[in-house]
Amino acid sequence: MRYLSRSLQMQDLSINLVAVLDEMPIGVCLVSKERRIVLMNRALEAMTGFLRADCTGLPCSHILRLNHCFDNCPVKRMEGGQRCVLEGDIINQDNQKLPVRMTFAPLIDGTGRISGYIETLEDLRQVSNFDLARINPFSLGRLIGRSPQMGKIFQSLPVIAQSEMPVLITGQIGTGKYLVAEAIHHASSRAKNPFVIFRCGALPEFLVESELFGVEKGGFAGADNKPGKFRLAQNGTLYITEIGDLTPSLQAKLLNWLDEKIIYPLGSSKSFHADVRIIAGTTRDLSQMAKEATFRNELYFRLNAVSLHLPPLKERVEDLRLLVDHFLHASASLLNKKITGFSDPCLKRLLEYDYPGNILELRHIVEYAVSLSQAERIELGDLPAYLTENLPCLDAKSPNSPSPRESDALSADRGFDWSTIERKMIIDALMKAKGRRSEAAQLLGWGRSTLWRKMRHYGITCESVQVNEKSSHCA
Amino acid sequence: MKKVLIVLDGNDIAPRFDLSLELLIVSLGKGGKPARKRDLVLARPSVEELCRVVSAENAHTVICGGIEKEYLQYLEWKNVEVIHSVIGPAEVALRRFRKGSLKSRDILLKERKA
Repeated sequence: MRYLSRSLQMQDLSINLVAVLDEMPIGVCLVSKERRIVLMNRALEAMTGFLRADCTGLPCSHILRLNHCFDNCPVKRMEGGQRCVLEGDIINQDNQKLPVRMTFAPLIDGTGRISGYIETLEDLRQVSNFDLARINPFSLGRLIGRSPQMGKIFQSLPVIAQSEMPVLITGQIGTGKYLVAEAIHHASSRAKNPFVIFRCGALPEFLVESELFGVEKGGFAGADNKPGKFRLAQNGTLYITEIGDLTPSLQAKLLNWLDEKIIYPLGSSKSFHADVRIIAGTTRDLSQMAKEATFRNELYFRLNAVSLHLPPLKERVEDLRLLVDHFLHASASLLNKKITGFSDPCLKRLLEYDYPGNILELRHIVEYAVSLSQAERIELGDLPAYLTENLPCLDAKSPNSPSPRESDALSADRGFDWSTIERKMIIDALMKAKGRRSEAAQLLGWGRSTLWRKMRHYGITCESVQVNEKSSHCA
Repeated sequence: MKKVLIVLDGNDIAPRFDLSLELLIVSLGKGGKPARKRDLVLARPSVEELCRVVSAENAHTVICGGIEKEYLQYLEWKNVEVIHSVIGPAEVALRRFRKGSLKSRDILLKERKA
């Protein structure tokens, strides 16, 4: 900051400059003539994943990692004093490649000389999502549907998006809770700010706390500075998945934030004001959990003030054909295949099936069939084996739709939950691929690492899949 | 013999894996001492080519800057340890790696200044 004040002659403004930049919805950084970071705002911290304290004095190309930095540095190009605007991409600390629009402009001092540069970064992900929404009349963001249930959700989303209240999204696994949260964010006034996702269920308690609220170096043994999801989502939206998995102590901390909007990172005595909208998702029945005292009543009431329930796919009969066609075209275009549709028996089976894993399962089934099909039409034999064998199905005709929890329990009782199906799909694919994992991954339409991770999750080894001994090697 | 592959931009670790043209391949001998060092220059930046080189060289570890998740997972799938988002001189990173104290997201540039 001292350097900034001296070189940019902003002594009077320097105290407030950080606060002013932090309120800006786009990433901003000031760099010296030598192209080293002098200051970056909070939005840029969220985009890059770097904390400004860690990167002051470092070359901007190491922090921003813009593709243009390496073949044609825009700042070098600008030495004549011309402002320039470029589109490109950056890779952030979370290993995501983000499309951005960057503006570079020189900062001229009192004597007319260039004393540094200002760089702004605008995240273009929202722009592409908006375009996607315009081309499909039965969609909102990446949500698709024309059933009355989805119609109601599409109608209420813009209204919900304009409010600042927390939102609770309930629904079974694979019903599209994440997409609803994303659509709310993109339709809200926070759309130009970060949309950050936090998965509760995947981490042990002490890591959940540090990941969510941040930690200061030394906060616990071996801890490094970590901004935390609240800081990364500043001025934007934080989507917390599986909120029902939060421990009571973290529920209390979250409740405290809802009241005061103040966050104390672990090991730090300094607090900060987190201007974040929270959206929580869950497959559990939080009202029941609140009754059983496993979820705090106050937190449930605060979250449940605005709630959305996503129906399971079997209750969205009108959407099924639309979704089948959508996934068919998406997968065929991705895999560069000229598939025009399904044979009648195949389509009949797809439309009859109950989809306990909901849209996620439907997508995987279609991707699998598209990968496997060698003809212009997908045949019954191209579907995963469990769909063509006589397996028990959930009762689709029940007039009272079970709550997510009941439904999961029901599925589990019949030994036919999503995990079972996914496990079977993996085994089927491995058997069809004669144990070759890369081929099996291709059949499933997944990356090889996804297959590997899921095999590890379900404890599947190639030895456990009974394939011909000669071909039972894993590629 | 352990092989470490460092993607370079001059003397520093290249900020982006997908756009780097130069590689330093270090074979570590007994006691972790560098037994052999080789530079490899690619004709054009290509992430697929880089992944192919990592496989062909049977590298145990890759030290790099920013790397896209897809390629990070691919290399990990290939049982290659990837220490990513490292900022600083390749020499310092290698020294730290040999001591066993290099980790992803380390910023080593200040060490050069000191």
